[in-house]
Amino acid sequence: MTMEKPVKISIRHLYKIFGDNPKAALADVLAGMSKSELLAKRQHVLGLSDINIDMRQGETTVIMGLSGSGKSTLIRHFNRLIEPTSGEVLVDGTDVLSLDEGRLRDLRRKTMSMVFQKFALLPHHTVLANAGMAQATQGVPRASWEPEAQRWLERVGLGGYGTRYPHQLSGGMQQRVGIARALTSNSGIMLMDEAFSALDPLIRTDMQDLLIELQRELHKTIIFISHDLDEALKLADHLVILKDGIVVQQGEPQHILLNPSDPYIEAFIGDINRARVLRVRSVMTDDLTSDDIAGQVNADDNLEHVLALSGGDATRRYRVMRGDKPVGTLEMAALIRALVPKRAA
Amino acid sequence: MASYDGLFKFLGLTDWCSGGDQGSGPMSMAALLAQTKGGSEEAGSFWSMPLPSLDNLHAACAAFPQTRDLTLGLERAFLSARDVLRVVLDPLTQPLSWMLREMIWLMTATPWFIMLPLLLALTWLVSRSWSVVGLVAAALVTLAFVDHYTEAMQTLAIIFVCAFICVLFGVPIGIAMSRSDRLQRIMTPILDMLQTLPAFVYLIPLIFLFSVTEPKLYGIAIILYAIVPVIRLTDLGIRLVDRDVIEAADAFGMTKRQKLFGVQIPLALPNIMAGVNQTIMMSLAMVVIASLVSAPGLGVLVLRGIRNLELGVGLVAGFGIVLLAIILDRVTKASLARLDASKSSRRGA
Repeated sequence: MTMEKPVKISIRHLYKIFGDNPKAALADVLAGMSKSELLAKRQHVLGLSDINIDMRQGETTVIMGLSGSGKSTLIRHFNRLIEPTSGEVLVDGTDVLSLDEGRLRDLRRKTMSMVFQKFALLPHHTVLANAGMAQATQGVPRASWEPEAQRWLERVGLGGYGTRYPHQLSGGMQQRVGIARALTSNSGIMLMDEAFSALDPLIRTDMQDLLIELQRELHKTIIFISHDLDEALKLADHLVILKDGIVVQQGEPQHILLNPSDPYIEAFIGDINRARVLRVRSVMTDDLTSDDIAGQVNADDNLEHVLALSGGDATRRYRVMRGDKPVGTLEMAALIRALVPKRAA
Repeated sequence: MASYDGLFKFLGLTDWCSGGDQGSGPMSMAALLAQTKGGSEEAGSFWSMPLPSLDNLHAACAAFPQTRDLTLGLERAFLSARDVLRVVLDPLTQPLSWMLREMIWLMTATPWFIMLPLLLALTWLVSRSWSVVGLVAAALVTLAFVDHYTEAMQTLAIIFVCAFICVLFGVPIGIAMSRSDRLQRIMTPILDMLQTLPAFVYLIPLIFLFSVTEPKLYGIAIILYAIVPVIRLTDLGIRLVDRDVIEAADAFGMTKRQKLFGVQIPLALPNIMAGVNQTIMMSLAMVVIASLVSAPGLGVLVLRGIRNLELGVGLVAGFGIVLLAIILDRVTKASLARLDASKSSRRGA
C-alpha cells in the first residue's frame, strides 16, 4: 500500500441548524432529538449533523448526496460562506472558525478557490479578466497576473478566448473559465460545488477527464460535490455519502461498493454497472503461490476488461500485476461473485 | 342646540365643555348662517345626525378645537420653526442657487454657434449614435428657429443641474438602502410620499422658507420630486445582482469595497441608468410647475399662455417641452443601450 498522505482539511463534529435560535435547538439535537422532531416541535431545520471527515492532501474527496442532503451547505462551511452552529473546520491545523475577517479573506484568496455550479463568472469582465480575478482581487498588478491567467486558459483549452465575454461562450466553456479562475489563484485547495451538474452529459464527461488530467499533474486537494454516483466513482479517492445532513458512509469508493453499510447505500449503488466501476485490486487475493495461471491483468483494470479477456470462462485464474511486480491472484469465480450487489451487513 | 349636546350631557362633561373658550376667534361661516336664519335649528331627528367631526363636536362642546385650529396650528408651528430651519438650510442649499444661476448664465450667455455644437458633441459622447445626434440637432434648430432658444437653454440648464444633484445624492442613498433592509423599510414610505405628493404641494413650504428670488427654491422642489426613481432603481439594481456572482466574489476574498465597485455597481448600471432617465424626465415635468415660483425657461411661456389666455404661446412652448423630453429620453436611452451592449447583459451568468 502507498503511504497515507497527511490530512489537509479536517471537519470535526460540525452541526448546522437553520432557524431563529439555533443554539437552543442544538442542545435538543445533542440530547437526541431527531431531524423530523426538531422541525415539528421547534420549527428548526437540522442542516448538518455531527459531520466528521478527514480530507488528505492531494486527494479528491467527493461528497455526494441527493438534493436536500446538505452537501452544498457543507462545502460552504470550508471557506465560511456559511457559519456553522457548532464544530471545527481545521485547515492545516488551523480552525477556520477562529479567523478574523482579514485572515479569513486571506484564506479565501490564497488557500482555497471555488468553482460553482452556475459558473458565477463576472459578466462585465472578459474571459481573461475572469481567469485573473483571484489575483486581481489580491492586488497583483494586471501585468503580472495576465500571463498566468492566459497560461491557465490555454491549459483548459481556451487560449484564444481571452478577449471574449462570458455570455459569448457555451456552458462547458464557461465552466472551463471557472476552473482556470480557480487554478490561477494558485491555492492548494479547490472547492467544487456541483461544478459539472449544469452541463450536458457529453461535456460533463469531457470536463471530468480534464479534471482528472489536471489533478494527475497538480495534486490539489479537491473537495467535489456531486449528486451523480458515476461522476463520484470516477473522481473520488475518498467518497462521503450524505443523507439528510448525516454522513451515512465514507471511505474508498471500491470499498463502499463491496461493503455497503446501510440499505440506503445499497439502493443507491444498486443501479450502477459494477463490472465497469470495480477494479481488479478490490477483488483479488494476496496469494501469489497458486499455479494454473491463464494470464496477467493490471491491478487497476476494471472487471469488464477481465471478463472480456476470459471469454466468459468462470474457471480461470489470473496473475495480478502492478507495474512489473506481481501483487496477487484473481479468481474468476470471485470476480463473478463481486458483480452481485451485496446486502448491507 | 347642537346635535351632540346629549352625548356630552350623558358623559357628564358639561362643566368641562363650558370651560373651553366660548366663541373666541372669528365666527365660522356655518355659525354665521345659523345666526342669520334666526334661532337654533331643531336638534335633530336621527336622520340628520351630522358626522362627529371636530367642527360638529365643537358646536356642542366648546372645549373641542375646530378644524381651522388644526390648520392654523400647523401654520403657526411651521412659521415658528421657520427661522431655525432657515439658519440651517439656507447656507446648506446656497451652492444650489449658485450652480443654477451660473449654469443658466453659462448656457444662455455662450453664443449659440458655440453652444449648439457643444451640445451635439456631448450627445455624441454619451450616445455614440449619429441618428440620435441628428435628432437632437433637428430639435434644437427647430426650437431656435421659432425664437425659443433662450428659454430652451434655461430649461436645459435647470435640468442638467438638478439631475446631476439627484444622481449625486440618489445613487449613494440607493446603495445604502440596498445594503440595509432597515433603511429600506424607513425610506420606502418617504419615497412613496415624495412621489405621490402633488407637485404643487412641494412649493408651499418652500415659499415660506426661501425667498422667491432665489433659484434654489425651485431647485429643491425639482430635486425632491425627481430624485425618487434614481434612488429606487439603484436600490433595486444592486439587489437584483445575481447572488451566485456575489457568492463568487465572497469566495475569492473580495472586500466589501471591491465587491461594491467591482461587481455590484457595474452590474446594476443598466438599472441605475434607467433611473437616471426617469429622473431627467421627472425634472422636466417639474420645471414647468416650478415656473410658478420664478423658474425661468419654457415653463414661463406655458404659464403665460394659461394666465393671459394666449393659446398660441402656450401651445408652442408646450410643444418645445415635448421636443426637449424626446431628445433627453433618446440620448439617455441610447447611452443605456450602449452600456448594455459593451458590458454585456446578465444573459450569460
